[in-house]
Amino acid sequence: MNQKPVPQAKISVRDLNFFYGKFHALKGIDLDIPQNKVTAFIGPSGCGKSTLLRVFNRMYALYPDQRAEGQVLLDGENLLTSKQDVALLRAKVGMVFQKPTPFPMSIYDNIAFGIKLFENLSTSDMEDRVEWALRKAALWNEVKDKLRQSGSSLSGGQQQRLCIARGIAIKPEVILLDEPCSALDPISTAKIEELIVELKQDYTVVIVTHNMQQAARCSDFTAYMYLGDLVEFGDTEQLFFKPTRKETEDYITGRFG
Amino acid sequence: MPDKHLSTQFDSELSSVSSRVMEMGGLVESQIQQAIQSLGQMNAELAQAVVNAENQVNAMDVELDHEISSIIARRQPTARDLRLLLAVAKLTANLERAGDEAEKMARMVLSILQTGTPRALPVLELRVASDLAAGLLRKALDAFARLDTATALAIVREDGLIDQEFDSFMRVLITHMMEDPRKISPSLDLLFLAKAVERIGDHAKNIAELIIYVVKGADVRHASIEEIEIVLR
Repeated sequence: MNQKPVPQAKISVRDLNFFYGKFHALKGIDLDIPQNKVTAFIGPSGCGKSTLLRVFNRMYALYPDQRAEGQVLLDGENLLTSKQDVALLRAKVGMVFQKPTPFPMSIYDNIAFGIKLFENLSTSDMEDRVEWALRKAALWNEVKDKLRQSGSSLSGGQQQRLCIARGIAIKPEVILLDEPCSALDPISTAKIEELIVELKQDYTVVIVTHNMQQAARCSDFTAYMYLGDLVEFGDTEQLFFKPTRKETEDYITGRFG
Repeated sequence: MPDKHLSTQFDSELSSVSSRVMEMGGLVESQIQQAIQSLGQMNAELAQAVVNAENQVNAMDVELDHEISSIIARRQPTARDLRLLLAVAKLTANLERAGDEAEKMARMVLSILQTGTPRALPVLELRVASDLAAGLLRKALDAFARLDTATALAIVREDGLIDQEFDSFMRVLITHMMEDPRKISPSLDLLFLAKAVERIGDHAKNIAELIIYVVKGADVRHASIEEIEIVLR
């Protein structure tokens, strides 16, 4: 196995600790999320992988008793202490959730809504942008004739791609995906996975998944977390073939518990 | 497999494969032993028994391949489970071929018996190499069952000895053939037989390399002894 060179980091996490009130949910996490790659986080429920994802766009700041200590550097700027507006941060670091969350409006407006918050586009530019985002999310051909229909009229898989399109539309730099396929059938899952691999050409993608095979299929790097610790982080191929830590091997081979 | 999966069914599938492959190994080992005996005693009956056992070995090879592909299809094994299953698949292929070599040995014994000049040939020298090769295969199977990399390294080294034995035996045979052209035909049989012995040693070495693959995740098939030592450090 040849060690591949680790590409430039988009997000650098340095000695990150996270607390839900008194509960210590992330313990001294250090890692670099490489730019234009897909990084997957795996681990049993409660290991902290979703918590870590939520730190990357300061989603936790919505809740008063949650706090993060340490550094999370996005292109060198610590976003934990940054004075930057969270809305702007979230425009740069977009997130897609486990359950598809289309807004109760038309397919077109679902995409246009976020864009209007940040940009003032002419009608034709907006149309172009909506089409561009839907094409990127591999949804355009399925919805181009019904853009005025409600977003919730789509199937689960289509709704999830709509959410990804909505995230892409505002041209973020990082896309966070929290269990994006757990509610989807295998065909929709395959489409999303295909999409994830394409997205990394333009974005840095971070995905949290319970489906280890999914991490193995579509990520370049994989991190295994357990009880708030980062146990192992490395090249996906290496991690699923010959992990360095026994704990990782036990988990991915199903010897855990 | 000392430790357990969450799925006990998966455990029993893996241990079934492991015990089946050891059973197959035992069968091939006894095939080789019988072939050596038939050579030492120039015994046609024993030689024929070796030839007859071949079907059984082939059937086990096919059966094990089927079991392994079924586990891969249904369990999507990763890490050491994946390495173990890939290695067992290759192990059975090596065992099947080692069985083929035993069969070749037996056929050569039958052929030498038919030409009818066994006494004047250097059969004894070949026994040394045969015992070495058979012993090496047994050691390789034992080491595989225990995933013992230190023994694996020793086997890779010892295979070199068999290769040397083969070279010197070939020189002896050439001398015989030059002395008496009537011995050329049985000597060629003996040469093929010696080649079969040498190949059995190679299969033992391949199995030893698979042990290192399972334990260390490193493919050392084309590595030097020094490189293998570095992997095992």
